[in-house]
Amino acid sequence: MAEYAHPEALVGTQWVAEHGNDPKVRVAEVDVDTKAYNEAHVPGAVAWAWNTQLCDTVRRDILSREQFEALMAASGITHDTTLVIYGDNNNWFAAWAFWQAKIYGHADVRLMNGGRKKWLSENRDLSIDVPRIAPTEYHAANADLSLRAFLPAVRKSSAERSSALVDVRSPQEFSGEILAPPGLPETCQRGGHIPGARSIPWGKACNDDGTFKSADELSALYKGEGIDGSKPVIAYCRIGERSSHTWFVLKYLLGFQNVTNYDGSWTEWGNLVGADVEKGAAGVKA
Amino acid sequence: MKAEEYQEHKLAVAGWEVNLSSYRLGAEWHCKADNVSPGAALSRATGATREEAEEKALRRAEELLGRTTRHAV
Repeated sequence: MAEYAHPEALVGTQWVAEHGNDPKVRVAEVDVDTKAYNEAHVPGAVAWAWNTQLCDTVRRDILSREQFEALMAASGITHDTTLVIYGDNNNWFAAWAFWQAKIYGHADVRLMNGGRKKWLSENRDLSIDVPRIAPTEYHAANADLSLRAFLPAVRKSSAERSSALVDVRSPQEFSGEILAPPGLPETCQRGGHIPGARSIPWGKACNDDGTFKSADELSALYKGEGIDGSKPVIAYCRIGERSSHTWFVLKYLLGFQNVTNYDGSWTEWGNLVGADVEKGAAGVKA
Repeated sequence: MKAEEYQEHKLAVAGWEVNLSSYRLGAEWHCKADNVSPGAALSRATGATREEAEEKALRRAEELLGRTTRHAV
């Protein structure tokens, strides 16, 4: 059985149970449902809210370098801290935080395999205490934009088929049957997908317990859709968090060199005036 | 504190598949409902029993899912 390309980017729940409170380790919980942390969390973990602390709340963007530095400092993190991130929905927004930490050059970032669900289901210790953190001084690197795709590059890739576009939303979102995940507000004007994109829902990379599938299974999954790392890959979803999850899989578990996350995703493309859209699983142009 | 009696099960709500995960923290039962595809959290509720927590979470999930429009493709 093949190993993950970067096994150091992943830790198990047992590792967190043993090392979560080590002085050079900081555990952070990032949930879709920002109330989950208050219910109970991994002892010693801090909480980051994806919608207020992991994005610019004025303009649509990820954190600026200064905002990222402020978050790390307030969380007691220094450049040599082992940062372990976990969350609900099999680490959707944990992967979003991981992606930003890599953009700003934090060396040792890891996801807790299986996320919050696995921790709960294993009957592990929980806490409702919010840790008291001594702030640090944190200096981030300049943003590494080779990890991020912007609209012009996505347009070019779609037109020229120069990169593999991976749509990680549900099949119904991909086809255009629904404009957002069931039960969530519609946040785009049009449904469908970016022309040329392959549909590989993020969840296919996970086991039932929330952990990632094996390297062999992941390789077979993506190769089966023609994604083998031989050309650049751009992952997208609706707002960029599910595609962070797939970005992590492709870059850190399968070791693809050139993978970017298009965080503008469908809420950008599906609202563009004049953008080409494909609808249906077969990719019939609208 | 630990999450006791963690359990998950799926059911159809308003034409969509929903996953309910529930567990007990101390004396209180917690339940979270998510849409299975793609797996987004819909609602979270607490109750004195598992059934009560699930019922509350389901009620809210049903309300939200009922607003989802299926578009012709």
